[in-house]
Order: sequence, then C-alpha cells, then structure tokens
Amino acid sequence: LSARKTERLMNLLILLLSTRTYLPKHKLRESLEEYRAAPSDEAFEKMFERDKEELRALGVPVEVGSYDPLFDDEQGYRISRAEFELPEIHLSADEAAVVGLAARVWKDQELAATTQDALRKLAADGVDVDPEAQSLIAPQLVAEEPSFLTFLDAATTRRPVRFGYRSSTSAAGQERRVEPWGVVGFRGRWYAVGLDRDRGEHRVFRLGRVEGEVSPDGPPGSFDVPADLDLKALSSHLAPEVPDREAVLLVRSGRAVPLRRRATATDPARDGWDLVRVPFGRVDTLVAEVCELGDAVVVLEPDDIRDEVLWRLRSVADPAAERAQP
Amino acid sequence: VTTSAEQMARLLALVPYLQRRGEVSVAEAAQRFGVPERTIQRDLQVLMYCGLPGQLPGEVIDFDFEALEDQSVIRIRDADFLPRPLRLGSREGAALLAALTALREGGDPDVQEIVDRTVAKVRAAVGEGAAIQVTPPVDATERRLAARLSDAIANGRQVLLRHAAAVRDEVRSRVVDPVAVSEAQGHLYLDAWDHDSEEQRLFRLDRVVDAEILDTAAETRPDPLDLSHGVFRPTSATPTARVQVAPTARWVTEYYPVEQAQEITDGDLAGGLEIVVPVAHPRWLVGLMLRLGPEARLVEPVDLGDLVRAAAARALTNYDTPDA
Repeated sequence: LSARKTERLMNLLILLLSTRTYLPKHKLRESLEEYRAAPSDEAFEKMFERDKEELRALGVPVEVGSYDPLFDDEQGYRISRAEFELPEIHLSADEAAVVGLAARVWKDQELAATTQDALRKLAADGVDVDPEAQSLIAPQLVAEEPSFLTFLDAATTRRPVRFGYRSSTSAAGQERRVEPWGVVGFRGRWYAVGLDRDRGEHRVFRLGRVEGEVSPDGPPGSFDVPADLDLKALSSHLAPEVPDREAVLLVRSGRAVPLRRRATATDPARDGWDLVRVPFGRVDTLVAEVCELGDAVVVLEPDDIRDEVLWRLRSVADPAAERAQP
Repeated sequence: VTTSAEQMARLLALVPYLQRRGEVSVAEAAQRFGVPERTIQRDLQVLMYCGLPGQLPGEVIDFDFEALEDQSVIRIRDADFLPRPLRLGSREGAALLAALTALREGGDPDVQEIVDRTVAKVRAAVGEGAAIQVTPPVDATERRLAARLSDAIANGRQVLLRHAAAVRDEVRSRVVDPVAVSEAQGHLYLDAWDHDSEEQRLFRLDRVVDAEILDTAAETRPDPLDLSHGVFRPTSATPTARVQVAPTARWVTEYYPVEQAQEITDGDLAGGLEIVVPVAHPRWLVGLMLRLGPEARLVEPVDLGDLVRAAAARALTNYDTPDA
C-alpha cells in the first residue's frame, strides 16, 4: 500500500514539475490513474489535499496560482523547478570531507537524521561525502531541551511563539511573546534570541528555563528577521568577559591547575607556594573560583577580590556570626 | 513520519544520485543511503512505474533490467525529470550549519579554514540567514592539545598524561590508551583507558597539565563513552546532600543533576530552593559550598557541614601569615 502511495506522490510530483502553467484539479484528476479511480469527487479531493500536504511536508514547494487568467475562480498547481532544485554547491574534496565529519556531530537522533538527510541530498549532487570518514576530533552537539526544535523551526519559518519562562532568580514563570530570530548554543546549553513583543526589544531566552509547551502566536512568515542579524553579537554576554584586570595570587605547588593555565606569569614564592598572576574580567567569577579552591589559593591583590573572598569564606566558617551582622 | 514519506524523501535524492553515477551497484547505493539492499530494490520497483501521463512503465526512466538482475548493478537513463536533488529544508540547513560551526570551534586549527569555505557555500545554497549559531568555548591551548591527542589516537599510541582531577586538585601522572576526544556540556574531554585504575575514564582537557605521546602502542581500544546524557551519571547508590540555596544561587539546579527541588517560602533564603544533590565525592560538595558562600546552607548530612566549615577556616588561616 505504501509503495502505491509513493508511486502516486512521485507521479504527482513529476506532473507538477513538468508543467509550466498551473494545473487545475480537474486536469490532475484526468491525468493520474489513481485519481481517476477515486469513487467520488470528494474522495479525489481528499486524496489530493493529503498528497499535496505530504509533498509540502517534505519541503517540496507546491505553488498555487490562477489557471486561467480570464476565469480566476479555479486555482491551479505547479512546482517551480528553480524553487525545487538544490542550487549547485561544488564542494572541493577537503570541503566534502568536512561535511562528512559534520554528519557525526549531532548526538540527538532526530537532528542526526536531519543532518543525514541533508548529506544525502549533497551526495546526490555529486559531493563525495564519505559516511565512514574517520572523525579525528569529535565535537558533540546535544540539544536536550525539549523546546529546541520548536524554536529552531519557528525561527526558520518566522513564526511568533508564546511560552512560559522563569528568570534565573525566581520561581514564578511569566508568559513571554517572542519573534524568534535564531537559536544559539553556548557551553552545551541552548538559547533562543528574538524580539520580545511585550518589551519591544531583543532578548535571549535560555531554553532550559522555558516551562511547558511553546505555542504558535501567529502564522508562519509573520515577521522579518533583521537583515543584519548577528546572533553571536546579540548573545555576546553569554561569553566570558574579556579580561581587563590582573590578580596576584599565592597558589600551592601543583594545585589549582585551571587557574595556572590562564596565568600570565608563575614564579616560585616561599616554600611550597607559587606567585601566580591571573587576568580576569568579572569579580564574582574569580571570587567564586578562588573560594572553591579553599586553602590552595591566597589572594594578594587586588583588594576588592581579596575582601570579597575573605568575607565569603568567613560567612562559611562561622555562619552564625555573619548572619548576626548583615 | 510515514513510510511513504520516508521512501519519497529517499527517492528524491536517489534518482539524481543514480543519474549522476550512471552505473552503481545496489550494495553501494544501499550503503550511501544507509538502508538495506532490499530497500533500494523496492525503491527501484516504485520508480519503474513512475512517469508522465501517457507514458508506458519504464519509458520515463530507462532501466537496464539485465544489469540489475544479473549483476545487481543499477544503470538508468532518461530520468530527466529529476536531474537535481530537492533543496535543503530549513531544518536540514540549520542542523548541517550548526554541526559545521561546532567542527570549526571545537576542532583542529587547520580544519577551520576549510570549514569557513564550506559554511559559505552551504549557506549560499540554503539561501538562509544564520538561524543557528554554536560556540563551544574551547581555548587555543585546549585545541592544540586536542589536535595532538587526536594524532595519538590515529596512530594508536599511548599517552603519558599529567592531569588534575577536579575533586582532588592535584596533579597525577598516568599512562593511558587514548580512545577519543569528545565534547560534552561545553568542555573537551579525553576519553581513555587508564592503566592506573584499570578503567575507562574521562579527563577534562582544561585540567591536563601535560600530555606526552609515547612510542609504545596502545593496548586497548574500547568504544568511546556515550556522553549524550552528561558526564556525571549518579546511581541510586550515590550518597546525597540536602542544601538550601538563595535566589541568586538557583542556577545550581541548571548545572548539576538535582534529585529534588522545593521552593523556600520564608526565612532569609525565601525565594530560594531546598535541593537534594548526589555527591560523588565529599570534596566536590565542599568546593561547591565554598563557592556559594553565604548564598547556601548545608542541611544534611551534618558531618559534611563540619568538613565545609573546617575547609573555610583552613583557607582563612592562610591570610594570617605575615607575608600573605
């Protein structure tokens, strides 16, 4: 049964691809055997509507237009070859190899399959992507957030959405209405970037904080993505601050490896300790990192880092005393 | 997705593929499309009956039936109605571009220039803006290390690794058989068989002090670990701790696996959460509590609370010495 259906879809596709004028339904019914065999006009219409939607779901651009300019009450259908066909890509051997590697990046089943579909099309266009190409470095992308594909599809089809969202510091979710421009992956987490319709400016939403379902808030194509959209720039605050200050630390020998890696200078200090200079941007980030390392690190400079570390460590060592004098 | 939709999607790529190849074995086509050979055979049977109205079966696509039956070789001609594959869908384009970007950011510097060229061409073909952007935060030091380790993996060599585990924060040397360089949750890891502990382990690259590629051949080559669900997977036997966090530290639930989370409605931590977290190693919890400082309070176990306070006190005594 499914083979016969594929055959029908294929024949419909061939017919719509080979016509220059829009073909009205009655012509389609005359032309395809299975449509002719439909027991009633209604049965044919139902069958055709389903077939048309299946083609569209595959990404086939089925166009609707007027069949006869003098009598525009009857709609016709066709597929424009220019819209249908993959444009020439011409990848060189090394570029094709990189595309082959890309097939191994997504770990989610659905996105991995989607990438494979893309590769299949490129292979059909003569790009020699080797599915068995050895991945020397295997970066892995995972989109665990259930709303990921919804936001990605909403962004690519320019469809506004509404969803419940909680901020980082509060429990209560709030409804947000957003025109999503794109999704951004950073440190293994995903964010949606877009225009917040209630606030009138762009916002970055962490998908992990989306609550419940993401619902459409308008038809596809109902907004424009800014022509000069730069997702990286719009989400730049997610990236670590550019270091503009330097801290001087005493670090126990062999300890605090991540701090040492960023050091601009490391010199032996008194016995068992090194003097380490570490560039930093945000105070709270460095303070948290130093506190976590406990007795492996002593802050010498600057004073604001030293004072903050001391205050926080004291509040842990003697919580009662700290709470008594807020 | 229905089977006919799946078959249809495959045919739209298969027909131009077969035309371009001119002659290809059923086995090769099956491998290329990632399906069993009989699936390709069934696809061909559908194609035989496709065509324009008025055409006879086999007229639209000219099959060499003998070649197919005798040698399992597909030869087709005249399938002119589908010379080119269907264009990439927006989701396909986005998924492919995101994967390419990840390769660029996470990969060998030599690869980056190739990826840039590829991305430009794919983007032009997709005709889309950049709906997706990925930035794995891997610094140059780690990338160079990743490239060296990848060479060791490709050449099947052992590595002398000097690495500081997060909970221990002290450097230890060990000989490992490298398996893969993998990325998970924003960090690069060396997945390797550790001869010291006789188990397969992950070593975070930003905690590797030094890696020396040895002349000795790797002895084991296990499958890479599956990191798709995170690096740390607590079991029911993993002990837990109950911690109250202030509103400003609610982010903890987004970074660590949390078993329970309850809103705190009154007291000085109102608006915060009371959470239960698995504790693989007491040192990890001590570090977390020191990091959170006044923004968190350990409810239980009580003995861990003593460890946390003692660690803070030890850190403070360092500041009492004159030259500190």
